[in-house]
Amino acid sequence: MTDRVLIIGGGPAGLEAANQLNLLGYKPVIVEKDDTLGGHLAKWDRLFPEGESAETVLYKLIKPVEHTPVYLNTIVEKADKEGNNFRVKLSGGKEEIVSAILVCAGFSLFPAEKKEEYGYGIYNGVITSSDLEKWFKTGKGVNINNPSKVGFVHCVGSRDEKICNRQCSKVCCVTAVKQACEIREKFPDSEVFCFYMDLRMFGRKYEDLYLKAQNKYRVRFIRGRVSEVSEDFTGKVVIKAEDTLSSKPLKVSLDLLVLMTGMISNNSIGEISGILSLNRAEDGFIEPSDSITKMYDSGKEGIFLAGAVTGPKTIPETLSEARASALAIHNYLSNKALQ
Amino acid sequence: MIVEGKKKIWSEYQKDIPDDHYFYVRSCIRQNFFPASEKVFLDIVRDRLGLDFFETPHHTTCGGIAYHSDSIPQETLMTIVARQFALMTEAGYENYVCSCITSFGIYNEIINTWFHYPELEAKIRELLWEASKREFKIPKSVVHASDVIYKLRNKILESGKYRLVNKTTGEPLRVVEHIGCHYSKMFPSKGVGGAEYPYVLTGMAEAWGGTVIDYPERRHCCGFGFRQYLVQANRGYSLSNTHKKFESMAPFKPDMIITNCPGCPYFLDRWQYVIEELEGKTYGADSKGIPVFTYEEVAGLVLGYDPWDLGLQMHQTAVEPLLDKIGITYNKEDKYKI
Repeated sequence: MTDRVLIIGGGPAGLEAANQLNLLGYKPVIVEKDDTLGGHLAKWDRLFPEGESAETVLYKLIKPVEHTPVYLNTIVEKADKEGNNFRVKLSGGKEEIVSAILVCAGFSLFPAEKKEEYGYGIYNGVITSSDLEKWFKTGKGVNINNPSKVGFVHCVGSRDEKICNRQCSKVCCVTAVKQACEIREKFPDSEVFCFYMDLRMFGRKYEDLYLKAQNKYRVRFIRGRVSEVSEDFTGKVVIKAEDTLSSKPLKVSLDLLVLMTGMISNNSIGEISGILSLNRAEDGFIEPSDSITKMYDSGKEGIFLAGAVTGPKTIPETLSEARASALAIHNYLSNKALQ
Repeated sequence: MIVEGKKKIWSEYQKDIPDDHYFYVRSCIRQNFFPASEKVFLDIVRDRLGLDFFETPHHTTCGGIAYHSDSIPQETLMTIVARQFALMTEAGYENYVCSCITSFGIYNEIINTWFHYPELEAKIRELLWEASKREFKIPKSVVHASDVIYKLRNKILESGKYRLVNKTTGEPLRVVEHIGCHYSKMFPSKGVGGAEYPYVLTGMAEAWGGTVIDYPERRHCCGFGFRQYLVQANRGYSLSNTHKKFESMAPFKPDMIITNCPGCPYFLDRWQYVIEELEGKTYGADSKGIPVFTYEEVAGLVLGYDPWDLGLQMHQTAVEPLLDKIGITYNKEDKYKI
């Protein structure tokens, strides 16, 4: 047996697991398909519910593992079990012999252009929550010029049977509330509308943020889905929606419409689950062996899971799971050593 | 507007439209509303382009209007449609092309229903056999006649005499395209360009020199909507739908409207007259209306047909402003010649 552990994915889950495995005396190796570490967190500006800097959080995750070997722009091509080890072939002709594999392949954001009726990629005033976050962080990517009316559409690509994504993406509700407050902070004269199905403020302090959005920032929450988006003669975005609480149809002209794209399973999950023969659920995420007591367990000996690879999660949940996975790997390898 | 985004969607919704050998079925109502459109269609595809389009006098209504006004059950509708398919089968054709958007929706709905519920198809086969001793094959291809003109749009342009261009300014005419709701809203993949940004009429208008307007109420119903109009008490609702569309498109200053449904050109044309009478409001230039056309009529104009042979004198909203913009020659005295 070796003391090497392969971590597939260099996002928050992979980074935190690497840190914990280092502390436990193992030698983690991170394989990341992109050219930087951090996953989606690296593209984000601020985090709910209290507006922590994503950059600071990422620094806290990367700093402890700065000496951990990392393969960037690399994917796993093959993994064969050889005794107690795995012989893993990586892209670029590299190879690793490891005793355990931790899958932290993360998630993708729903491609908003698939909801054709919302006009993403068609109308200039329609952007995604990810575009907005990039703009908050860098001021680049989209053109936002002192908008007077801004709308947020919740549940774009999640809780939607029509596009075959039934699952709740979990984090979009509070992200929309956070971004709505940030828009009001940046543009104090603007009016902001959130079109929602349900507001799932499940986490600690989320409800406080929701209350602050109403009391302090005067964000208007409208319970109803947007049915279609178009553009008027002046280039404003025109949306049709229904206010289901007052049972009235609405038509609103906006300068900016933000689509809260949901977390969905990505191609990496598909590829790695094929290579490692892991089970995928109907929603495309990997199915753990026990979704109550062993979210980290893939059901395959020596292969573990952490983070959004098993479904949408917040960053604190992801980090907790990464620590749990590291401990599970430690227990697995300790037992193997005793045998 | 990001045109590249639309082009991407259009590229994803391209349907297979056979080249030739079609069984053609007419609409119940178009020959009353716009009497020359179907004749011109057959004239173009058969006589000008030499294609094989067969039709039979034994063809009947598809039952769509009765179905959508809740007058007949679905099994009756299916049996009527099964008979149409039997006529096609007996004539030796596999490609079915219909003039009516309602029928197009009905055919797609029924074939899709039979695919998911084969026992229902078996039941309808029995009912048809009991009623008429006929048997049928499901068409290999079901297309709308506007799909065919879309496919032939460049050939039409090649033999065309006129283009959708303002002869005075040289600018493309500003075209509102309006597709029938049942063309692709039920089955987006069955329509050229899909449901949200349909391309079938846009493709024709652009090929023939025009530029298409995207206005906020583009997707809205023309105002027909079956029970909105068929129930007399609802007709104000029908009118208000059409009114909403015109208010929305007016700032874009359209020169013309092109449609592909039996009801749409009728309501967009006739209700303009009613709005003018009720409110004194017109939506075209010089206090005139916006001329409304079927796609066959526009194809006919491009090809140089005499406007009165296309039946344009049957339009409530005068078409002459558009003819003059393009520079189409016509004899005013012939307009009402019998």
